[in-house]
Amino acid sequence: MTAKSPAEISQPRRLGYSFRRNLRERFIEALLFLTAFASVAITLAIVVMLVKESYEFFQHVSIWDFLTDTQWTPLFDDAHYGILPLVSGTLVSSAVALLVAIPLGTIIAIYLSEFAPFTVREIAKPFLELLGGVPTIVYGYFALLFVTPLLQQIFPELPGFSLLSAGLVMGIMIIPYVSSLSEDAMRAVPMSMREGSYAMGATRFQTAIRVVMPAAYSGIAAAYILGISRAVGETMVVAVAAGMQPNLTWNPMEPAATITAYIVQVSLGDLPHGSIGYQTIFAAGLTLLLMTLSFNIIGHILRKRYREIY
Amino acid sequence: MHESTDVHATSTQYKSEVRDLSFYYGEFNALKNINMVLHEKQVTALIGPSGCGKSTFLRCFNRMHDLYPGNRYMGEIILHPDDVNILASNVDPIEVRMRISMVFQKPNPFPKSIYENVAYGLRVRGVRQRAVLDEKVEEALRDAALWDEVKDRLNQLAFNLSGGQQQRLCIARALATDPEILLFDEPTSALDPIATASIEELITDLKDKVTILIVTHNMQQAARVSDYTAYMYLGELIEFGITDTIFIKPKNKQTEDYITGRFG
Repeated sequence: MTAKSPAEISQPRRLGYSFRRNLRERFIEALLFLTAFASVAITLAIVVMLVKESYEFFQHVSIWDFLTDTQWTPLFDDAHYGILPLVSGTLVSSAVALLVAIPLGTIIAIYLSEFAPFTVREIAKPFLELLGGVPTIVYGYFALLFVTPLLQQIFPELPGFSLLSAGLVMGIMIIPYVSSLSEDAMRAVPMSMREGSYAMGATRFQTAIRVVMPAAYSGIAAAYILGISRAVGETMVVAVAAGMQPNLTWNPMEPAATITAYIVQVSLGDLPHGSIGYQTIFAAGLTLLLMTLSFNIIGHILRKRYREIY
Repeated sequence: MHESTDVHATSTQYKSEVRDLSFYYGEFNALKNINMVLHEKQVTALIGPSGCGKSTFLRCFNRMHDLYPGNRYMGEIILHPDDVNILASNVDPIEVRMRISMVFQKPNPFPKSIYENVAYGLRVRGVRQRAVLDEKVEEALRDAALWDEVKDRLNQLAFNLSGGQQQRLCIARALATDPEILLFDEPTSALDPIATASIEELITDLKDKVTILIVTHNMQQAARVSDYTAYMYLGELIEFGITDTIFIKPKNKQTEDYITGRFG
């Protein structure tokens, strides 16, 4: 084989249209598009299914009754289809959980991001993430068999199932979601901004509260929204520890069912496909979806309004 | 070190004296045995090629290095009229920073309103009275030549300002607490020529009020704004003297080469 001169190597150059290369690029692009599209399609399919079955449900029950009736007894002879008891259970247990998770999660995030020495952070973070990896059913039994008896020592009148106990444990479960995302947001704040604060004579705490947190606002808001969505959608803890009876109450010391707990309860039974009892699952599921969706939209608006510009 | 003549012959007093200052990033010796003075209410410029330690030196004055582990100072920086060594371990760096302010290379306003940015230093000192804050904020913004541009939108987010305005805001923020020394770390390197000119003019105006130490990459800038110039190379202070002397007839060959652009 003889060595080619530079002129010979550059000979076959042309400015044409490479059919094969274009085809390959198109193929890869289509593949990437399909992958991305699949997640959108699945979400849409879920929504379509929920809406379709709920539509059937609302042929039998008026939306007005659904939203205003104060009883939820779809499986009794005297059937009532008022979603309010389930919504109140969901909101109360979520509120208790967030009262635990948001303050504690934020404090942990501030400590880990702004105060903790490197070694402490390296040890504490995996433990926190472990907290998020415990199966929720374990939390449920932890609430029922450990936290409830403990709370009964303080409040002797507390029943065996309560929104308080379920909410507290759910809050502990959500802490890592809030703290981990908030910490990431705070650590992403550029060092130059912290230096600016220190150079003004600020202490670490003043810098963390007055400069770093406002700068990380959108990330922290996203962490809170994720926490809210987790709390509203959480199933096992409330199903195990909060009781299963729908109960229109705003008192966390009472037992009550949440939307998720009701869905679990009914899905486990053997309701005939297409019956109205069966369709209640979809109506309840749609309500839940709309609730988390509205929280996500609020979060999105907040994030856009306060988006930081560096 | 070669000192140019008549440095000590001037009538100004010393605001600060640097004595045998060395600084270490861990094992790395970044500053070597520096001796220098800051003349009261004068502008002193630090020049030298990248990595010569001029920013490191500047950041010793407000103990910025204390924020990171493994840093070590040796020697003294005496602050007058107290005659206290601000590098001493029994001196609280926060107290030092309350008297020696700093403006950074890139404008770094806080995610707050224009008003709150300027009021920040007072707020962290516990000042709450609205009247005091209002007065100080206006005074600082006037001193930073920004008042007329922002007086109608003090409650807007500081990020909405242009780069040059943001840097003047940072200067106002630093001035609001009446510092004795103002440190500038290449304050115009991220700005366009017009914004640079306005900052330079501001620095010249400010020396009636405050002693200024400025790090700059730009030798013309040092010549324009400073009264004294220090040339540094590889962590050492090579030459220090009156700016005109340094630029017209430097004592040291290395200084001359750098200033005339033969190296650096």
